[in-house]
Formats: sequence, structure tokens, C-alpha cells
Amino acid sequence: MRRLEELAEHILGLVGAEAEAEVRVVSNRHGLTRFANSFIHQHVGEETAEAELRVAVDGRVSSSTTSNLADESLDRFVADAVDAARLQPVDPHWPGVAPPSEIPEIDHFDPETADALPAERAEMVRSFIAADTGLRAAGFADTQAISFAFANSAGHQAQGRTTRATIDGIQQTDTSAGSAHQTSLGLADLDAAAAGGIAAELAHRSAAFVDLEPGRYQVVLSPECVATIAVFLAAYGFNAQAHLDGSSFVRLDEPQFSPLLTIVDDPLRPDAIGLGFDNEGTPKRPLTLVEQGITRSLVHDRRTAHRAGVTSTGHALGASGFGPVPVNVVVTPGSATADELAAGVERGLLITEFNYCRILDPRTQVVTGLTRNGTFLIEDGAIAGGVGNLRFTQSFLEALSEENLIKVGGDARYANSEFGPGLIVAPSLHLASWTFTGGAAG
Amino acid sequence: MFETARAAVEAALAGGAVYADARVVTSRREELLGRNGEMEAADRSEAAGVGVRALIGSSWGFAATSDLEAAESAGSRAAAIAHASALVPGPDLHLAEVPAVQDRYVTPVVEDPFAVPLSEKADLVVGVTDTMASVQGIKVAHAYLRFWETEKYLVSSQGHEIHQRLVESGGGMDATAVGETETQRRSYPQSAGDYRTGGYEVVREFDLPGNAGRIAEEAVALLSAPPCPSGETDLILESSQLALQIHESVGHAIELDRILGWEAAFAGTSFLDLGELGRLRYGSELMNVVADATIPGALATFGYDDEGTAAQRVDIVRDGVWVGVLSGRDSAHLAGLPPGGMVRADGFNRLPMVRMTNVGLLPGDSSLEEIIASTRSGVLMSTNRSWSIDDKRLNFQFGCELGWEVADGKLGRMVRNPTYTGITPRFWGSLDMLAGSEEWRPWGTPNCGKGQPIQIGHTGHPASPARFRGVRVGVLG
Repeated sequence: MRRLEELAEHILGLVGAEAEAEVRVVSNRHGLTRFANSFIHQHVGEETAEAELRVAVDGRVSSSTTSNLADESLDRFVADAVDAARLQPVDPHWPGVAPPSEIPEIDHFDPETADALPAERAEMVRSFIAADTGLRAAGFADTQAISFAFANSAGHQAQGRTTRATIDGIQQTDTSAGSAHQTSLGLADLDAAAAGGIAAELAHRSAAFVDLEPGRYQVVLSPECVATIAVFLAAYGFNAQAHLDGSSFVRLDEPQFSPLLTIVDDPLRPDAIGLGFDNEGTPKRPLTLVEQGITRSLVHDRRTAHRAGVTSTGHALGASGFGPVPVNVVVTPGSATADELAAGVERGLLITEFNYCRILDPRTQVVTGLTRNGTFLIEDGAIAGGVGNLRFTQSFLEALSEENLIKVGGDARYANSEFGPGLIVAPSLHLASWTFTGGAAG
Repeated sequence: MFETARAAVEAALAGGAVYADARVVTSRREELLGRNGEMEAADRSEAAGVGVRALIGSSWGFAATSDLEAAESAGSRAAAIAHASALVPGPDLHLAEVPAVQDRYVTPVVEDPFAVPLSEKADLVVGVTDTMASVQGIKVAHAYLRFWETEKYLVSSQGHEIHQRLVESGGGMDATAVGETETQRRSYPQSAGDYRTGGYEVVREFDLPGNAGRIAEEAVALLSAPPCPSGETDLILESSQLALQIHESVGHAIELDRILGWEAAFAGTSFLDLGELGRLRYGSELMNVVADATIPGALATFGYDDEGTAAQRVDIVRDGVWVGVLSGRDSAHLAGLPPGGMVRADGFNRLPMVRMTNVGLLPGDSSLEEIIASTRSGVLMSTNRSWSIDDKRLNFQFGCELGWEVADGKLGRMVRNPTYTGITPRFWGSLDMLAGSEEWRPWGTPNCGKGQPIQIGHTGHPASPARFRGVRVGVLG
């Protein structure tokens, strides 16, 4: 197979002068070692490559993807894509392809992670499980390397590559579970034994639990919970398409959150997982979304930018119709330790993880979900024992308001929201109130 | 294609696998998205590749490549990956016996969706979104069509050679009205659309143009409707919401891989214990659930699953008692049950896993009209808006797009933001009226997430309207 850059240029050449065009060629190497009941039961590896082509003929646009990268297949692929575009109505919001621009020189790629062997991941799994052989462990270790080449008919080119490694699992007693998550762009940064130990401790501490009555409680939310909140803010709020459609909560330059809260999207951090440009070839740059409680920015792709009369911020995800979303989000940490956060709680709950969160209304950010993998009662600043899982129905905007956000932890790290690892860096938070609407008994 | 798959299987066996199979998959997909009377996207994709499973000891090794010429090396890699699992071994995995079939299956199609001119499909999504967007108060109108064609060539080391051509079609539309403090949305035929096996005739049956104006007007009306009352009352669910209720609180709970703990870390487990199979009361005597991969036109209808087991109908709940599970060859053997033919993968590059087929509630003998007429006080809810359920599939909360008060046997006011919550067996135990076969419809769900790496499954859920007594509705934050 040709190098990715050559393939992108080759496809662009096949389009010729007939249409505006942008080409993305992506190769993916992913290995995932999955375990349950304390042994490896599913162990997978994939090596794939595909080309994506978006063409516009006089404002008539089509997008096509293929994994058939042989020359004879590509001839037909390109011809079909151009023919498909010609049959479309004119798209009045077609923004044109990105002009040539300078791409940040980042290379967040670890060769050892890219070349990791199945046995290396299996060894991580063994360490996670060995942290407590009296418990039942389940989870996964994975390693991924993605390379990406972009070219468009305006003469813009970009190349990049990135890696990611994750150990993510639970330890279970007969009555409880605890979880731990670690993600980095390098496999060597992960400590599977430590993760297994954290999960085991949470499982043991919540093995004996009581069911609490639903109601409003103070809470200390773990980085995982805060990461899930950040995903909802990003997908339904900072997404400029949602804003243009009237479903976003965002009111730019207004104080919508606690002054303690700052959220940025920073693809240039040394530990950021990803590329220096988006799916449309637009360079990425750090962007402040919330500055000390004041909402500062939306994220744009070229389409939403065209509709809003601004420039793209480099957050195109592809032709999904969902709109632009930030994928290098950092909820800026404070300085409090986890113990200090708990110490401020007279009676409340420590939540390790959210589960199955779904939005009820994007404008108010009312979300329902459950707790999972370790929920604890805090009394007089110390953990008093385990609590059965609870359902909540809570506005995330109200949760992060000036009246409700008491303290921000200093423990920011990659946290696995329920929507996947490697997207959000987040700390723990201490909140004055959180609304639980049901327990295990309904 | 069989030759490519055979080479992969032989390489896996040469690498030490005690069993191996390979699927060569070619697929294409087309998606059209209209927005506010304009085209938003016209996407087409095609993929080809081979995925190889190798069983050694307690673990599957799986390798996939999009380079069909590398099938043999993928087979070797699958075996090597399975060998690496021996670092953390468990009990040996065995497969339940099934016939080694050589066969072919093709989805019956009246009108090839890929042969319908793109311009006709574009005109449809542009036209209905224009209709919806022209209703005063509508901010955003979407319409979408999706079509899939998948060819699978399965070869196993036990002699399977099966070719299938599956065609799936569907789509939908929605209209969103934006008020001062909240948004209201109405969808048709259901949220995220409806999908079937078959061709463009599926889309024509929906009659999107005939329903566009109505749902747009309902979305606007919802903005000024009173909120759903809070409290315990009788709940009537129209069939698409009941389909999702079945999916979440029955379909996932009866997956044998979840029951065995194989999905514990991500999707979760199940409140069901195999020791209670045949005895546990899941719901009222009106509750009869089957998993049936042979229903003509339903979304999860096929000839064979992805390990070559024939499509079949399996009783899941009979007269309210739990009697069956969703299984594959490995999980069925472990549990001592017959294999259900319910293992499928999301593409060539994913490991086949237990997946719902058409898990549906058999019809009763009533009708929606009779159910309403016999309800003194309650709420009728329609079209899912949100869904959430715990990791054992017990505690659920659903939101719907539209509600109607029911009083003294008649529909009353429209209510907004209707929600309900419950505990699975208690909820199903309160089922006391069920509409009949005339209102029974095979709803299709194209977005079921499960597994790591994540896989998106296409599942079917036939259902008719039903009533549940004493349900908590109007859950507020």
C-alpha cells in the first residue's frame, strides 16, 4: 500500500478539476485484551485503513468512505462520489474546503505503544487482577495507534499520528464493585497493579452498604463523574450546531458557572491524545470554553462557522450531522486533595462513577443517570460506609453554579467518562447539592 | 471469498487453534440527511475485510484486516493473540454442537434501495423538512434515510460455508420547537427512526410526507402544554416506547454473556440468575416474550448468525415466567442450554458476541381504544425521548416526547416532559392490558451499543400498546 500522504494525493488527483475535494486517509492499529471473571476471555487486534472523500460540484456535496484502496477500486470510488454529488440539491451552507494554513507541530505518538504486543497487554491484565485475587476482576487493556493524512483541492495538506493506551477495570465482591481507569498516550505510563488495587479497595469498602432515601445530598464527585458532566456540556452546549439550533445553554460572555470553574480545550498539552488538526484540515489551538465561570467560546467546524459568520475553531468530527465537539477538554484543577474535599462534607455522598446518563433537556442540561462501582456515605468529613446505587435527575448547569460548586480538587487526570477514555481531563468536585430521585428499590 | 476465508481458518488452525472461523464481509451504506428544507449530508461508505476467530483454551483470539490479501496472516495473528491470553487463563471454553451448514440466505427485497435515484431520496428528506420547518415555532427539522447492504461469507473449521446478503432500510424525521426555557421535539415513526430488513418499500410505507405537518404542530403545542403530573398512576405505552422498554428491561437482561459476567465491566450484568430459569416470575401472565430471528421484514431477521447457527424462535418469557436466554455456542455450552443463534458482529473487524434478535412481546387481545376506554385515570406516553437503566437492568427511567392525560376512559390534555420510572419485574408484573395483532408492529432499533471495542447492533422489538398499573410518572429533578 502507498504511504497515506501519497494515497491522499492520488485520490485528490483522481478528482482533478471537476470538483472541490478534501481527502482523509486513516490507518488504525488497535489491540484490546478483555477480561472477566478474572481471566482473559476476548482478545482482539485489528489493522485497518480507509479513505474518506468529500466533494462539492457547484455547491452540491457528497461524502464517501472506502476501505478498498487498490487503484482500480479507487477510480470507481472517486467517479461514484462525483456522480453522487451532482445528483444532490445545492447545499447553501457549503463552506468550501479549508485554505492552506500552518499546522501545529505536535507528534503525540509513542512507538512502543503503537507496537505493543498482545502479551504486553495480557501482562497488564495479570497485574490488575493480581492486586486482589480474592475478588472477581473484569475490564480491558488496550493500545491504539492512528495515522492520518489530509489533502484538499485548495492545496492544503496535513499529516499526523497519535497513540493511546488504557487500563480500565472493576473488582467485584458478591455485593459490590469498585473501578479504576488510567489512560495515557504511552503504555509505560500506566500502572495496572495500582489500578487494580484502587478498584479492589473501592469494592471492599462498599461491600457492606445501606440503601439511602432519595433526596438532595451534598456530593463529592470523582474525576470520572466530572468527565461525564463535561461530555454533556461539550456535546449539547459548546457545540456550535446546538447553539445555532437553539438547543444549547450557552450565552457567550455571561457568568453561567461558578467562578471556581474553568474549562479549556487544549490539543497542545504534552499529554493530549490526538492530532494538531481536525477532520477538515483546520489547525487546532487551545480554546477557553469557560473562564472562571464565564462562558467564553463555542466550538466550530467550517459548516457552523459559515452559518454563524465566524471562523472554524478546528473541531470538525466528520459528516455525522451531530456538529463540532471538543475532544481535548480539561476541567482546570484546584488545589484540594480528595481528603480535603470529603472533610468539608457534614453529611453527603462520595460518587465514584456515573452510569447510563441520558439528557432530558439540553437547554437546562437536566440529565438522569445512576451511580455505579462505589457510592459512599460521608459523615462529619469521613467515609462512614457504602451506599446502594442511586438514580439521579439533575441539572448539570445548576450543579456547577456559583451557589452549588464549593471546591475543586487538585487531582485532575484523564478520566473515563461513560463515553470513552482519553477525551477529558478532570478533577474531583465538591457540590452543595445533588438530586437523587430513586434507589435500588425504585 | 470462501477461498479467502478458508485460508484464514487454515492459518489459525496451523497456529494452534482448536476451532477457528473467518468471515469475509463486504458492505455498503448510504445515508441522506435533510435539514430545514436543505440537504445537510449525503454520505456513502463501503468496506471490505476479514475477521478471524481462533479458540485456544479459555480465550478467543480475534484478528481483522481490511486487506483481503492478508487474510492468511490475520488467521495466524488470531491464533497468536489467543495464545497470549494463556498468561491469564480460565476454564477451557467449549462450543455447543450445531450442524455444519453450507447454505445461502438473501433478504427479500421489493425495491433495491441503492437503485432508487439519489435525487428522489434527496427530494424526500428536503421536502419533509421543508414542511416541518414551515410550521411556525419550529426551529429545526431533520429527516434521514439509511440503507445497508452486507454480504457475509462464513467458513468454520467444522465445515460451515454460508453466504448471506442482508439488506436493511429505514429512516425517520423530527421537528424541534424552541421555547424560552426548554426545547420540545416530536419524531416519526419513532425517535432515531424505524428500520427493517427489506428495500425502499420500507421507507415508502412510513409515509413521511403524510406525517410531517402533524409532528411539527405537536412539537409546537408541547411548548405550552402543562407538565406531566407527578405520582403513581396507570401508564399506557404506545408500541414504539414499549419496544424500547422491552429492549432495555428484557432484551439486555436475558443476554447470557451478561448473566455469565462477561460484560460486567462495561455494559453490566443482569439481575437474572440461571438457577431461577423456568421459575422466576418476570411479569404478569399477559407477558409472553419471544426472540425470533425469522419474522419476515423485522430488523434482526437473517438466515444464520455469525457463527453459523440457524436463525430461530426462542421462548423467553411464557405466561409471565422467565424460560429462555439469548446465547451463542460458547455461552450456551457453558450454561448447558441449546445455542440460540444470537451471535453477531458489527462488521468484519469486530468479534461476534451475543446480540438481541427480534425480541418482542406477543400481542394480546385488546386494543388501544379499549385500553383507553377502560382507564379511569392515567397517562398515555408516546415516542421515546430518553432512556436510562442500571447495570443489572432493574432500575429504569424513561422520558417520552408526548403524553396525554387519560380520565374516565377518554384522552384529555396533552402533557409535556412525561417520564416514568420503575423496577423491572415489578413493572412487568403490573401489565394488565395488551393490544392485539392488528396494532403489533416490528419496531427496529439500529443503535444498540455493547462490547469493547464498542459495537453497534441492529435489533428488532415487535410490540403493541399496553397498560401498566400503578407506575410512578412525572419524575422531576
